[in-house]
Amino acid sequence: MTDGRSNQAAAQLVLARADALRGNLADDFRDDLVEATYDEAQAIAERAVRQVRAPRWNLDLAVDRLVTSRIFGLPLMLVLLAAVFWLTVAGANYPSALLMKVLFAVEAWGSALFESWSIPWWITGFIWHGVFRAVAWVVGVMLPPMAIFFPCFTILEDLGYLPRVAFNMDWLFRKAGAHGKQSLTMSMGFGCNAAGIIACRVIDSPRERLIAILTNNFVPCNGRFPTLILLASIFVAARFSPGLASFAAAGTVVGVVLIGVFFTLIVSAALSRTVLKGEASAFTLELPPYRRPDILRVLYTSLIDRTVFVLARAVAVAAPAGAVIWILGNVTADGVPLARHVADFFDPLGRTIGLDGVILLAYVIAIPANEIVVPTMLMVYMGGKIMTEDVTGTSLESLLVDDNGWTMLTAVNLMLFSLLHNPCATTILTMWKETRSYRWTALGALLPLVIAFAVTFTVAEFARLFGAG
Amino acid sequence: MANCSSCPDHADCGPPELDTRGFDGVVALAGNPNTGKSTVFNALTGLRQHTGNWPGKTVTRAEGGFKFKNRRYKLVDLPGTYSLLSTSQDEEIARDFILFGQPDCTIVVTDATCLERNLNLVLQVLEISDRVVVCVNLIDEAKRKGIAIDASALSDDLGVPVVATAARAWKGLKELTQTVVDLIDGKIKTAPKRAFGDGAFQDAVTELIPLIDEVAPDLPNARWVAMRLLDGDHRVRQALQSGDLARLAARTRGPIEQASPLIALGGTQ
Repeated sequence: MTDGRSNQAAAQLVLARADALRGNLADDFRDDLVEATYDEAQAIAERAVRQVRAPRWNLDLAVDRLVTSRIFGLPLMLVLLAAVFWLTVAGANYPSALLMKVLFAVEAWGSALFESWSIPWWITGFIWHGVFRAVAWVVGVMLPPMAIFFPCFTILEDLGYLPRVAFNMDWLFRKAGAHGKQSLTMSMGFGCNAAGIIACRVIDSPRERLIAILTNNFVPCNGRFPTLILLASIFVAARFSPGLASFAAAGTVVGVVLIGVFFTLIVSAALSRTVLKGEASAFTLELPPYRRPDILRVLYTSLIDRTVFVLARAVAVAAPAGAVIWILGNVTADGVPLARHVADFFDPLGRTIGLDGVILLAYVIAIPANEIVVPTMLMVYMGGKIMTEDVTGTSLESLLVDDNGWTMLTAVNLMLFSLLHNPCATTILTMWKETRSYRWTALGALLPLVIAFAVTFTVAEFARLFGAG
Repeated sequence: MANCSSCPDHADCGPPELDTRGFDGVVALAGNPNTGKSTVFNALTGLRQHTGNWPGKTVTRAEGGFKFKNRRYKLVDLPGTYSLLSTSQDEEIARDFILFGQPDCTIVVTDATCLERNLNLVLQVLEISDRVVVCVNLIDEAKRKGIAIDASALSDDLGVPVVATAARAWKGLKELTQTVVDLIDGKIKTAPKRAFGDGAFQDAVTELIPLIDEVAPDLPNARWVAMRLLDGDHRVRQALQSGDLARLAARTRGPIEQASPLIALGGTQ
């Protein structure tokens, strides 16, 4: 730009003139201006709006008194959360088992077909026991819970419940030096942390927005729920009578979510007292009227926009991951599969935090998407075996406990690690896009990882101290 | 750009440049949060942008198109805002688009059940643009609450067309599109309600306008910039100083999303 300098000078001139003119104005001209707008709006509204009949008994207000009450507000929220998880756990159990049965039958049928065509074993293995199996696991484990969870969540959202959650949780976040709307962004994080981080734009103050972005990961996203549900079902629910099993599993998941909320608050408080110092800013949050959800739209949004979208992303990651796992499991060095070598390498570290090498390997492979943690783990454990029977219940338990030495400590620590560990690659990328800062992105990625290791290590040490694990 | 298409938010983030090829006009949707803007957007475009019952659902700009009498219009759903003066990013996106995106028409969606509060934003939009249609939405909800809205009185007061709708029930939408198209075609003339403040303030504004025109000749609304400068709006100051304002204005329908951080980073927050 050749005239950049002269333009800049002209701009300076405008600003100087504006400053001079402002000096001439009355001291409170700003307030006058704002007030004039308000007065005008009021005058116009008075002419255009008429209350033709007294409003009927206000149901919204009555419901709000209960939902946002000091005594019932938070418990009611927990009950709703537990109900959604219970529906998800109980409802997904049977379809999941059925779906797996069908998909693994397809795997067996497909590989048999390939063999009958005398296609080389490694092609059959790569396609059917690698790529297909990983995709089958992801679909089988994820589809049923998502198809239940997302509609439930969308109904609550369309009903207008989320701002009430923010209202109830506000005092907690204020104590942590964070913004009350952070609970809205956390709610979005249940679906997908990347979406939750984008939702942080509703927070005006850059400081509080950063806190919300950095801590969103402590809300378990949909990619992590299947892990939690599976572990809760196998290790917790199985210890209860069948009638109570699903309640126990749902209760466990709610417990994990609450631990996540606890860490969100602790880390928010720590951030707002160290690198992101400041007071929580005041804000007004409108509690919208309750609206009857449009069922068709709920189904469309939750099934097409959310379920299929998340599932498609998971499948897109699972297919190449399945290929990698198959190669790691079938290419040998010194007569031992590569997967074993890598798992053995991670094993000492894994054992220290109450997990094992295979689990850490699964988390490394699952950096692109959390959804593939369980499939990766199980595929490495299973090796070449084909699972055709009951793939969600007892045989899975025996694979983990009898064949691979899992204990209650492994299950608990895996749930904690799943909750607290580093965000997936998409989420990290979103953090960078929203903050445009490598420093904050690195903090957002590494802080949870450090916390995950510290917490699981502490739990493992305590367990060992008391002779468990 | 490979990263962009693989990003999960690709769908709601849209292309960084507003692509107006193949469209006969651009219409923006503004309004307070939770007035049903996204519902109006979906009803007009036939798209299914997610609508959620909480203020601040739409934090990015959603785009779609609608057809009316063989002409195609691009519809841009802006984040819901209470004002165009504040500091958050969503308000920034909305205000930048109305200011620099130069839409052929801006529909301000309001909630009939609390019109007074919504009118603040309407009045602010009228300060920036004269091509405005006010949509009084949720008229069905208002009726249930025993509230009646006199649309023609409202229209007389504001100086722009007013259409009552119940977007969830598909009511009033045809009239809304007809009005928007008529306004774009110049069949409807508007005389927006403006000019608040005492004489000294108005004189100051009038004096600044030609100066601003010199620095940023293509600016669609120098008057509004003058008001913001007098108010001491840091970001508008910075944008003028750095030449961003002139550059942005020169680009008709330029990349708004990129403009936003430029202004946002320059400001003191």
